[in-house]
Amino acid sequence: MRRHHDMGGEPAGPVVPEEHDYAPWEKRVDAIRQLLSARGVMTVDELRRGIEELGPGAYDELSYYQRWIASVGNVLLEKGVVSVDELGQRMAEVEARWRAEGRSAA
Amino acid sequence: MSERFARGALVRVRSIHPPGHVRTPHYLRGRAGLVEAVAGHYANPEELAYGRDGLPPRALYRVRFVQAELWPDYTGAVGDTLVADLYEHWLEPAS
Amino acid sequence: MSAHPHHHPHPHQPDLEDRPYDHHQLMAEALGELLIEKGVFTADDLRRTLEAIDARSPADGAKLVARAWRDPAYKARVLADVNAAAGELGIDAGPIPIRALENTLALHNLVVCTLCSCYPRGLLGLPPDWYKARAYRSRAVREPRAVLAELGTRIPDEVEIRVHDSTADLRYLVLPLRPAGTDGLDEAALAALVTRDCLIGTAVPRSPG
Repeated sequence: MRRHHDMGGEPAGPVVPEEHDYAPWEKRVDAIRQLLSARGVMTVDELRRGIEELGPGAYDELSYYQRWIASVGNVLLEKGVVSVDELGQRMAEVEARWRAEGRSAA
Repeated sequence: MSERFARGALVRVRSIHPPGHVRTPHYLRGRAGLVEAVAGHYANPEELAYGRDGLPPRALYRVRFVQAELWPDYTGAVGDTLVADLYEHWLEPAS
Repeated sequence: MSAHPHHHPHPHQPDLEDRPYDHHQLMAEALGELLIEKGVFTADDLRRTLEAIDARSPADGAKLVARAWRDPAYKARVLADVNAAAGELGIDAGPIPIRALENTLALHNLVVCTLCSCYPRGLLGLPPDWYKARAYRSRAVREPRAVLAELGTRIPDEVEIRVHDSTADLRYLVLPLRPAGTDGLDEAALAALVTRDCLIGTAVPRSPG
């Protein structure tokens, strides 16, 4: 059974040469991942495996770096580097801070 | 560290289909190619992916395939090729 | 925009502060903070890593190629070890090994990662979206000539197209063929002909004039 990410040779539409300037949060995700590797906490192989385990829907619903951070989050939770509760709590605190700065939810 | 295959060896990619994290693309399973180079030894990504150390390192091979043999409907040139980096445990000698 | 006045203790950063945020951005921010607090890395580490990401661009690859075109001994060193050869030019290409694929009159190389998005980031910086998207990853291995034609690059049938699927720990950089009519050009002018896409293999350097 071919898994979704293993897409070599599958039919697909035209190659559209689109690109975008990476947003700061995207580069931050890239930097976090590099540092996790450098510190021996999480390998790029675990990142890839984590992305593959998000399932085929993730490719349609999430952007590239959304898939990365989703994988990083899941793997760090698996390893106990962060707990579900502390991550949820911190995300709520960050949201409160951002709303106070005038940002709104997408 | 030893290598099972030498440059120029004819190899076939194993036709197994495990779940989990593998770095051998499905389109190469069961296909035969030529070892172009021994690319070094690296920890096994199939183990690293699950938090294990992947040791001892496995030999990695650059294996060259003929495109016309990979794709029944290949419309490129007859000399076109494809090279993939494949781990030793995914290869067996081709007859 | 907010209707009420609020303090800006830090400089205004339009990208961060004006765009709507989503769940994943919250997670990215929260994880970064928690990892710093837990001592996994420091805020300084993060800043330096971000700078290193921004420091690399296709211009670094172009510099390497231009030098290789003019200096056969340097070219031999590029073909042996791109990371070391980049180091000679003051470019830190990082720890992941990058191998050069030399184009010749008989051979055109094309690089793809069908399984994810492996790319020589250490030298070229972040890859373009299309390289990581389904259409390229699916079709580059199966119909490279059609993909190249869609991107405006035509390779004659007498020239072998060799597609490299970066499935493991090595990364690949195409060393394009030096175009005709460039004998008099200095390194900077030569480098200007080498675009990012020439280093991936989806384009070839144009002849000047």
